[in-house]
Parts: sequence; C-alpha cells; structure tokens
Amino acid sequence: MPHTLTISQLTDKLAQGELTSRDATQACLDRIAAVDGQLNAFLSHDPDDALAQADAADAARASGVSGEAKPLLGVPIAMKDVIAVNGHPLNCASKILGDFNSPYDATVTQKLREAGAVIFGRMNMDEFAMGSSTENSAFGPARNPWNTDRIPGGSSGGSAVAVTADECIASLGSDTGGSIRQPAALCGCVGLKPTYGRVSRYGLVAFASSLDQIGPLTKDVRDAAIMLGVIAGEDKRDSTNVPEPVPDYTAALTGDIKGLKIGLPKEYQVDGLDPEVKAATDAAVAELEKQGAEMREISLPHTEYAIATYYIIATAEASANLARFEGVRYGARVDGASPEQMNRATRGAGFGEEVKRRIILGTYVLSSGYYDAYYLRAQKVRTLIRQDFLNAFEEVDLIASPTTPTPAFKIGEKSGDPLQMYLSDIFTISCNLAGLCGISVPCGFSNEGLPLGLQLLGKPFGETDLLRAAHAYEQTTDWHNKRPELD
Amino acid sequence: MREDLQHAVKLARIELTAEEEARLGSQLGDILKYVDKLNELDVEGVEPTAHAVPLTNVLREDEPRESLSHEAAMRNAPKTANGLFIVPKIVE
Repeated sequence: MPHTLTISQLTDKLAQGELTSRDATQACLDRIAAVDGQLNAFLSHDPDDALAQADAADAARASGVSGEAKPLLGVPIAMKDVIAVNGHPLNCASKILGDFNSPYDATVTQKLREAGAVIFGRMNMDEFAMGSSTENSAFGPARNPWNTDRIPGGSSGGSAVAVTADECIASLGSDTGGSIRQPAALCGCVGLKPTYGRVSRYGLVAFASSLDQIGPLTKDVRDAAIMLGVIAGEDKRDSTNVPEPVPDYTAALTGDIKGLKIGLPKEYQVDGLDPEVKAATDAAVAELEKQGAEMREISLPHTEYAIATYYIIATAEASANLARFEGVRYGARVDGASPEQMNRATRGAGFGEEVKRRIILGTYVLSSGYYDAYYLRAQKVRTLIRQDFLNAFEEVDLIASPTTPTPAFKIGEKSGDPLQMYLSDIFTISCNLAGLCGISVPCGFSNEGLPLGLQLLGKPFGETDLLRAAHAYEQTTDWHNKRPELD
Repeated sequence: MREDLQHAVKLARIELTAEEEARLGSQLGDILKYVDKLNELDVEGVEPTAHAVPLTNVLREDEPRESLSHEAAMRNAPKTANGLFIVPKIVE
C-alpha cells in the first residue's frame, strides 16, 4: 500500500530498493480511480505524465542519485490548482480561465522538481482561493473523506482531501486567511502556513498579495518539515521574498519542548466555540504542558476586529489582482460590441458568485470617497492586530488555539450566508494579517467522527519552534495515523 | 442594490443578472454593516500596515535576460492575429 506512506517512510523504502517510484505513483493513481469519484479532490490529472516522471526518478536513483541530494526523489506530490506547472492546466477552479495551460513553472514547482518529486494532479479549491469550504469551485465541491455530506474545508480543500484519503503522498496549498490550516484541521492532516516572505509566490495566481503564502499539507509533521525545507528560500523573481537563511527544519524535530513558552489567548474563548473542539484543544494543551511546555494566558485585545479587517484588505487586493481577467490576454471571452462590454460580459459569465461578491466589495472599499473610511482604516487596525501578536511574542514562543471553532459543517449549510462563512475563519485569519507562521495538527475527533485540529502560531520566521512543538505533540498521539474508510 | 454599490459594480466591470444584483446587494449590505465595527476603534496616529514584513526598495540589476517567448506568452489568449491580441473595435 505505498500510497498510504508518508514522505519519510516512502523515501526510506525507495532508498532500500523495497519499492520504486513507479509502484508508489501507480498506487496513488489506482487510489484516485477507486475513491475520487466520491471525493472530487482532483480537477484533473495526467497518469502518463506522472508515470513518466516516476520512471525518470527510478532511473536517476539507479544511476546513483541519492536521497540526500534529492530529498523528494520519486515522491508523488499534488498541486493546488492555483500554482503553475509548465504545460499543465491552471484554472483556479474558475470558468474564467477557460483552457489555460501554464507557460512556465512556479518557483515552488521548480524547487520540487529539483528535489526529484513526481508532480501530478490539479487539486480542487474554492474559486481563486476565495472560500472556506471548497463549495465555491466552478467544478463542483470536494467532499470530506470522513463524511462525504460534509465540507472538507477550504480553500485548499482538494489538497487536504487527497492527503487524508491517500491519493497522494503530500500536496501544496496556499493560505491567505487559513486556506491551508483550516482544511487540514477539518480533514485530519497536517497543514503548514509559512511566514509571509518565507516561500516564493512566483507562479502562484495572486489573490491578496500582502497575505498569500504557499505551504504543504502532509500526513505528519516530519513531512511538513521536509517539504518546507525544499520550497523555502530566496527568489529574485518575488520581491516580497525575505532573504533569511533556510535552516534544516527536520533537525528541529528533537521531541524536546521543555521550557518552551506557549500562550493561550483569552479572547479566543469565543461564542460559537464548539464544546468538543474546546475539549480536544484543552487536552492537547495539557499534553504539551506534560511534556514540559509552560502555558501562559495572553491577551490579543483586537481579536474581534480581525475578520472585518481581513475582509476589507483581502477583497481590496483581490479586486486589483483579478482585474487582469478581462478576456484579452488569457482565458475565456464572451464577445461584446466594445472592449468594455466584452470585459463585463466575460467577467459576468466567468466568475462565480463569491468571487464577484469579493471583487465588488474590494472595489467599493477602494473607491473614491470610501478609501479612508474602509481601506485605510483597516490597514491601521491591521497595525494594532500585528502589534498585539508582537507584544505577546515578547512573553511566549508560540500561541495555541483551536484551528476552527467547529468540526466540518454540512455541504450547503452556510453557502447562502457569506458572512457566517467568514466568521468561521476567526482563529486562522490573524496569522496572515500579522505575517506569522502557523500549523494545524490533528488533535482528536468529534462524537460524529469528524477530525479536529490544534493550531500553533509562531513568530515571523519561527518555523523551527513551531515544527518542534507540533512534532513533540504528534509523537504522543495517534490522531495523525487515523484514516477514513472509503470503499 | 444601493446606488453606491451599483457604482462599484460598474467600476469592477462585472455584468450581473437582476437576480444576482438583488442577492449580492443584500449580502454586501450585511457585510458592510459588519465591517463598520472598525469604527469603534480610535486609530488616530496609528500607521497603516500595507505589508507584514517591512521591506523597502527591493531592486535587482537591470540586465537583459531570457524571458517567456512571444509565442508562449500569447498562446492562452482567446483571440490573436499577427502576434497581437484582438479586442472589439475601439475607434469608429
């Protein structure tokens, strides 16, 4: 069952010659054929191309290329449909991109290739990464593998489903307000959002440029550390990339968290926090304490303003970024008598409703007469939110909370009420506003058998502490090894 | 839909059906009411944050280098001719 392995398990077996990359890749393809009809995690995939990459990896290994030189040699990795892979479709789960085919590789794609990965699959998502449920995909919702009537979270829903359902070994997603951590929590895998500037966004279709970051979804914390080591680092093609050295993240996984100070924000005891989620988080915190971490109550006084701030800033940036989809340079076009009519018709037919809602809202808050009242004010509140975290991080090394206030909700339950959907992002959104790193690790199940996630937040470029604590916790639990039963 | 929102729709160049306009109008009204929450705060003297990691003037050498070929850059366009993008007639 090579598709059920983690990266570290698979690369061990590949190195020892117990398995080939072709075996592993074929196992993932068979698994997709068996279960993806009910999950809809993959928008498309190209089996022949995947197997050709696997054969090339096997040939490289046979010719003496080592796993040290190429840490992902022969490992099948799936990509969210917002990251460019040369010669493959890229739709952002939107109709407006038509039959777009990427003319180049994103930097993360290039880095995965250099590490030897088998890159395959376009993972389902909320259109243009706007959503928390993957219901906003123009190609139908992805489904939670633990209960297919439930949402898998979003926007990187397909990436989380594929990892949890063993349709790939690991995947990449993107996180603007929780889009990696939230689906990881709701599906029961690990999701890491690196610090803003840690991973190049060249070749990532932009949603909100001051918030977007690419990161891995994996079966355990060690795999997240391996993936981050591969994709992190400076890139001259992304001017927001920060030239910090990339440490050996796997070396941080010592299991020793004695004396690590972890903050518990008192403002996170919100109305609507599900008692089962609270109990699972409390138990995880108690486990971290048992291992020697010191818990402190902290205060993040501007927490209640985070969602409003986010939905002004993110939509403003999105309205500018998505202006490029106008039916001229790429994608679908609906004809019109003038360029402006053609733009209107193309965007009216091509964008789904959530994307339209956000572009209109973003245009509104940037428009003359409203800019100061909304956009500028939100940027100032963002300063206050960021300052809350920087103050807290003078006293603690990490912050712990639930990843989501509830387990996965039912498909259709919130799709008619966007504001309710936005409010479910309460614990994940501030991390992006403040430019922190964050991770979600499995921490239990609800009575109905739905996965729950523990979120840890770290200082900017504090991924080593973050991964060390998440790994130490994971070593004492079995949650990450649980898999849904799928026929 | 409120007039100020209709203006934003026009600026955003998105054609809406009557049904969409009614639904989005009421949802956007709710969202704007919610974000008015930010008016509770005194932000006098607070500097705005455009970017969580302060970086200024990231420059590189202005050197010619390989880039996408003309053909690759054009290949996803819905309408082209003679290596140019075709749009509806602008000037009568």
